[in-house]
Amino acid sequence: MLSLTIFLPLALAAVLLLPGLPSAVVRWGWVAASLAEVVLVGVLWARYETPAPGALAFEEQVPWIPGVGSSYHVGLDGLSLPLVAMTAVVFLACALFALRDEDRPASRAALFLFLETVSVGVFAAADLILFFVFFDLSIVAMYVVIAGWGHGDRARSALTFFLYTFLGSLALLAGFIGLYLAADPHTFDMVQLARQDPFAGGGTAGVVVLGAILLGLAVKTPTVPFHTWLPPAHTDAPAVGSAVLAGVLLKLGTYGFVRLGMTLLPDAWRSWAWVVLVVGVVSVLWGVLVALAQRDLKRMIAYTSVNHMGYVVLAVGAVGVVGGSTAQARSVAVSGAVTQMVSHGLVTAALFLLAGLFWNRSGTYEISAFGGLAGPAPRTTGLFAVAAFASLGLPGLSGFVAEFQVFTGSIAAVPWSAVALLGILLVAALLLWTLQRLFTGEAGPASATFTDVRAHELWAIAPLLVLSLVIGIAPRALLAVVEPAAAAVVAVLGG
Amino acid sequence: MRPLAMLPEMLLLAGALVCLLGGSFTPRRRQWRLRVVAALALLGSAVAAVVGGASGPAFEGSFVVDGATTAARVVVAGATLLVLLLAGDEVAGDDRESETYCLVLLAATGTLVLAGAADLLVLAVGFLLASIPLYGLVGLRRTARGAEAALKAYLVGALFGILLLLGVTLLYGVGGTSSYPQLAGALAGAPLVPLAAGVVLVVAGVAFEAGAVPAHFWVPDAAQGATGLAAAFVTTVPKVGAVLAAFRLVEALPDVLAWGVLVAVLAVASMTLGNLAAFAQDDPRRLLGWSTVSQVGYLLVPVAVAGVSDLALPSLLVYLAGYAVTNVAAFAVTTALPDVRDLSGYAGLVRVRPGLAVALVVALLGLVGTPPTAVFVGKLTTATAAWDGGMAWLVVVVLVNTLASLFYYLRWVAPALRRTEPAAGLASVRPWSAWTAGVAAAVSVLLGVAAGPLFAALDVLPPG
Repeated sequence: MLSLTIFLPLALAAVLLLPGLPSAVVRWGWVAASLAEVVLVGVLWARYETPAPGALAFEEQVPWIPGVGSSYHVGLDGLSLPLVAMTAVVFLACALFALRDEDRPASRAALFLFLETVSVGVFAAADLILFFVFFDLSIVAMYVVIAGWGHGDRARSALTFFLYTFLGSLALLAGFIGLYLAADPHTFDMVQLARQDPFAGGGTAGVVVLGAILLGLAVKTPTVPFHTWLPPAHTDAPAVGSAVLAGVLLKLGTYGFVRLGMTLLPDAWRSWAWVVLVVGVVSVLWGVLVALAQRDLKRMIAYTSVNHMGYVVLAVGAVGVVGGSTAQARSVAVSGAVTQMVSHGLVTAALFLLAGLFWNRSGTYEISAFGGLAGPAPRTTGLFAVAAFASLGLPGLSGFVAEFQVFTGSIAAVPWSAVALLGILLVAALLLWTLQRLFTGEAGPASATFTDVRAHELWAIAPLLVLSLVIGIAPRALLAVVEPAAAAVVAVLGG
Repeated sequence: MRPLAMLPEMLLLAGALVCLLGGSFTPRRRQWRLRVVAALALLGSAVAAVVGGASGPAFEGSFVVDGATTAARVVVAGATLLVLLLAGDEVAGDDRESETYCLVLLAATGTLVLAGAADLLVLAVGFLLASIPLYGLVGLRRTARGAEAALKAYLVGALFGILLLLGVTLLYGVGGTSSYPQLAGALAGAPLVPLAAGVVLVVAGVAFEAGAVPAHFWVPDAAQGATGLAAAFVTTVPKVGAVLAAFRLVEALPDVLAWGVLVAVLAVASMTLGNLAAFAQDDPRRLLGWSTVSQVGYLLVPVAVAGVSDLALPSLLVYLAGYAVTNVAAFAVTTALPDVRDLSGYAGLVRVRPGLAVALVVALLGLVGTPPTAVFVGKLTTATAAWDGGMAWLVVVVLVNTLASLFYYLRWVAPALRRTEPAAGLASVRPWSAWTAGVAAAVSVLLGVAAGPLFAALDVLPPG
């Protein structure tokens, strides 16, 4: 069942690549394939029962390279299931958004379905090599998306993206090899590694290995100071590419923090906790301050992603600080981090699709080129306003649930991490100011030709925001899945 | 004696002789028959290697048939078969067609002798048998570049061949034996300076065959100046035998000096120099030539921990298999497009030839070590072996070099994926080469996905 969920998009991608299919069939086929994936994930969610701590639901294991103790091992728990669900939703939104786009639809649909397979694969992987395989393939696929369907200086941005994130993945690989060799018997299996805890009792080796893994994840997330690849990649990527990049691929980094760092190397994690915490706080503040200075809508959203990922990093760092608070408070922080990943995935995908709307209509992302759009484009205005409020953490929307938990848990552990609250304030100011510049006041040069959101675009963006609203109003459904897993992580982390 | 232990080598030799003699009696238009003969010889050799089962030392212990030899025989035969497919376009009807097949088979035989050599003198014989056909192969295309490349290969090869013989003489002088099993005991009390000098000289000779630093000068010229078939062959097949020969030598040496460090230094020099030199290349073949120099660096990594890590030998064999098919795939793309001689000429390839573009991307990213290709499994396991053998620093160097190499491979991938007007040279595509590229790229992915059975197969192979 889980393997079917992972590989269904890939299989359907192969079907869509059959020669001679009319463009409309391909574009609707992509929507149908993404919808099928959402349904499958829905079934998984419905049948999900919280596994025992350290175990996985829907577990499947087949020997792959027994010579080096690696197997095809997949499974889900409360950390990964919400992210898998978010991934499926974001990809469906992308399929809908691109429904009227005639730019080589077959190869684009196939590429995105391939990307969906590898993204779900990363979240489901319970073997380090399998994780790495999917992780690396996500980079390759995104490179092709930017280089092939981007605009502007896309060749350069794609190259920067590939080189930078490939550096991260190699650091990750070095860390994985270190873990493998420390384990006895040698294994790449995450479940076994978590049980063995090869670096128990601390020691430099564990700290160095985690250092390599953290470097790899920090590049992918990205946190300050490794975030410089993100804005150009986003600016030159197509709207659907940006939505996937920010919505899903960034989560591979933050998910890794929890899945690899905290679970597999708990002792070393406590040694690194302060560094992670400080990097998180700096990312929160730096991201929003730089975002304030942007004139380009997409770059601005990209920098708010650095800020939002900073909250996740802050939370997972605070959890590792020993003796700061009760297990319950720390569990809240982990749960907040996972909720933030889901929330950011939904909301930022919506924001990037909205940015794509601006590009499709006027070929520019300059905020100053617009203004007074509330009149001619009321529905766009509404969508953008909801997305902005969700992003800034307004109560009733998912961002609030996430950030509330993040800060409750973090401040309990490390009181001065409250400085990051300033980030929330600044993001609110930034988004409201952007809203004002785009939709109110005098009409800008590009406002005249701006047409309101079309049906397929509405169908792409609105569900993302509705889900954010649902999580904001009734977070129980999500938290019931996340909280046991968060408690399990904190139990492993100890202290 | 057990002469049948070398049946696979004998089959190749017989095939070479049939090609040589038969070429004189076959009309030029019908020389494809000899290609079939060569292919049959290779297939027969591979089959004989797998089902032969005559493991253990042969010829008074001077040649050893074990899992590694068997794997080398299969890889060499497979890679040479793929190279032979390129001949369908490039040398078909050429006046040197049968000679090409003969030289290819002779060089493959020499490579296998190198791979199984368990005696310094057999190593020297293998070196000569493998290198002399190379000079001819490189020079087959009678152009100025081809002549230069052949001359360079010949001069460098002659020099390093003499160094190898000198090294063998030194080792025999201080140890009194040339047989590997006795080497460790005989050399244990030997004076260090002549011992070290002898080993360095022998390793340098092997480095020529492998195309590694310090004997790498001929590789980029050969890759650029020779025919595509010859370029693919000389940058792929001889490495298999040479790297295995280095592995066996390092394993046989007494533990009096850190031989692993010597090999590691050569490995680092090869991968770094190869990568740096490849940065600025605009000719795809020359770029690939330098890339093979860097690949030998990675291949030498498990040699540096030979005998220290259990994973060293299986990881090396997996890497060799993966490298061979991936490298042939990359060269096959260049022979499929004979009119394109610089990277910008690939602009728009994905529009006119999507299949070939995918093969190119798979091959190049495969050479980088992107999962799930076979080179990834090779790189992963060789790096693990190196770390396991106490050379974690070498792993860091490998990873940094891998990152650096990505840059120049992407310089080639990027134009191929661009959706501009296709460049003029893309109009004529050679079918055999294009198919070979596709098949080899597919095999490189399959070998990676099926890495489990691959490792298992290595386990079943007869031990030494």
